[in-house]
Amino acid sequence: MSNALTKVKLPYLLLLPGFLFLFTFFILPIINLAQTSTQTAIVGGDTGQYEQTLAFSNYITAFTENKEQFARSFVFALCATVLALAIAYPLAYAIAFKAGRLKNFLLVLVVAPFFVSFLLRTIAWKQILGEKGFVVPTLRSIGIIGESTTLTSTSFAVVMGMTYNFLPFMTLPLYASLERIDPRTMEASGDLYANGITTFRKVTLPLSMPGVVAGTLLTFIPAAGDYVNAAILGSPNTKMIGNVIESRYFKIVDYPTAAALSFTLMAAILILVTVYIRKAGTEELV
Amino acid sequence: MDRSFPEGRRQLVADVSSATHGDLRLTRISKSYGDFTAVNDLSLTIPEGSFFALLGPSGCGKTTTLRMIAGLEEPTVGSIHLGETDITTKRPYQRPINTVFQNYALFPHLTIFENIAFGLRRRGIKDVSEDVNKVLELVELPHLAQRKPTQLSGGQQQRIALARAIVNRPALLLLDEPLGALDLKLRRQMQIELKWIQREVGLTFVHVTHDQEEAMTMADTIAVMNEGEIEQMGSPADLYDNPGTAFVANFLGQSNLIKGRIEGSDGENLVVDLFGQKISMPKNRSHAVDSSIYAGIRPEKFRISLVGTPTRGNILTGGRIEDVSYIGVSTQYQVTMPWGQEVMVFEQNDDGVPPFDKGDEVVISWEPNFTFALRGDDDVEAGLEVNPEELDEE
Repeated sequence: MSNALTKVKLPYLLLLPGFLFLFTFFILPIINLAQTSTQTAIVGGDTGQYEQTLAFSNYITAFTENKEQFARSFVFALCATVLALAIAYPLAYAIAFKAGRLKNFLLVLVVAPFFVSFLLRTIAWKQILGEKGFVVPTLRSIGIIGESTTLTSTSFAVVMGMTYNFLPFMTLPLYASLERIDPRTMEASGDLYANGITTFRKVTLPLSMPGVVAGTLLTFIPAAGDYVNAAILGSPNTKMIGNVIESRYFKIVDYPTAAALSFTLMAAILILVTVYIRKAGTEELV
Repeated sequence: MDRSFPEGRRQLVADVSSATHGDLRLTRISKSYGDFTAVNDLSLTIPEGSFFALLGPSGCGKTTTLRMIAGLEEPTVGSIHLGETDITTKRPYQRPINTVFQNYALFPHLTIFENIAFGLRRRGIKDVSEDVNKVLELVELPHLAQRKPTQLSGGQQQRIALARAIVNRPALLLLDEPLGALDLKLRRQMQIELKWIQREVGLTFVHVTHDQEEAMTMADTIAVMNEGEIEQMGSPADLYDNPGTAFVANFLGQSNLIKGRIEGSDGENLVVDLFGQKISMPKNRSHAVDSSIYAGIRPEKFRISLVGTPTRGNILTGGRIEDVSYIGVSTQYQVTMPWGQEVMVFEQNDDGVPPFDKGDEVVISWEPNFTFALRGDDDVEAGLEVNPEELDEE
């Protein structure tokens, strides 16, 4: 009797710790954030004193005042995602199919940057792209950029920083899905009159779509909300929505606007991701 | 099963006859991986329209040979010709050759229809539906066209893999252990099916297998491979009745190999001494190079009789039954001969004679024509090792 009862209850017991954790550290804060997003400043109160109202107009003000930063966030995130995909796909392909005994070593190299703090790595990019780094003088000497052009504090630097920081998140899922492909399906494609390019287009790429979808999501979502790269590698002209939220919270102590921006960002990402998965995902996912 | 020839099937046969033609010739090909030689100086001609089997234990080089024909590997040395065309260095997609892969390698993201249409589309054929439907009918699965491969059973996937290859009407169809993943019963059924389809479409089939029964059921010609070389080639009956080496004698069915010496000749026959007892055998069934031989007799060719009963043909006396196994169609006896060797005797259970008992003193006899002779320095253990891979699959 008690045994049967345990059997029924066991799955719930196993779920309990995770549920409690998420409830405390995700659901409650979200509810709190939702409340904050509709608060208004107390008339005559101190800075940072707000009362609970239902000021949904906060959303409209927050969005209209920061349209530019929203747009920039998505454009930067998209650029970084596309660049990361362009770099990670060949890399993952080579590791999965051509690396032989070096496979595990190369995978460790892909993950190696995680051993250094995210902030440190981003600051390092400041050095790399700075006047004394090797990139700028090299590009100048071969005439790609002019003598007066700098790379730090530019959109370019921000996008590069994000591409670099999120590259492992793109590479690993791509590798996982490429590695799962039966190489014989590629041989079969060659056997059935497809040359290398056609085999890639018709067999390898479609079969690796789960990895492409997972990798792009794992890159795009955090990149769209990122503020570290823009703060360290950018300028006031390259502010992303994450920077706005950060300054509203910690500098201007405008909690309602910051909360409203956070929700707007979340909603925008959710909608984009849903549309994306509908378009790219379901049909190709095996 | 439906064995009539519907219009679609007739049409497919007619179309094939207009495709690229010619025998496949492998000329002195070798393939090495570092120090390891997978295929060693192999020459082979596979006549157009035949059902040819490459048979051998795993690691004998048969799959490597197949992959070189398909273009998936390039020979280290040697050339491959299809008809008059040298295809040695052609890419797989440039060869009029298609393969039925081991475990099928169907495209999991495409429907069955698109899997079969794949080769046709790559060659720029726009209207594929007629051909695809025709071949789906040939393999008797037209109702599965819109399914995905994972929704099919192993046997169905096997037929689709076959359909995907033959729809292209290749000059040559390669089958790499195509039935290895099927259970025994389905495998037997598909063997008959494949042979029938081969006759129907008239393509040249090259079939790689380690299953001797499968090769013997299907192929017109079998090449037995061992350690990268062809050990013997011939029709299934040739190979079985007159094996040239101990490897072939042991790998294809079972053999009793008894050490002996050629004493002389008597017309068309040789007189052979087996541990003091004289037997005779046809000269043309001897592969010996000198007088030292192994006389080979298949277990089912032996007759067994109690001492004192009349018998005919070659006779060996002094046997004692060591073990009796009744297995339905036949009874298998292990008989210890006076010189200590145990021989196998299979007796059909068809004459109502009560089986012999363990310990009976017996005489074994056989028709002299069923004897073959191998070189006396051959390795009698060759081809006997049990392959773990085969054990798994049985």
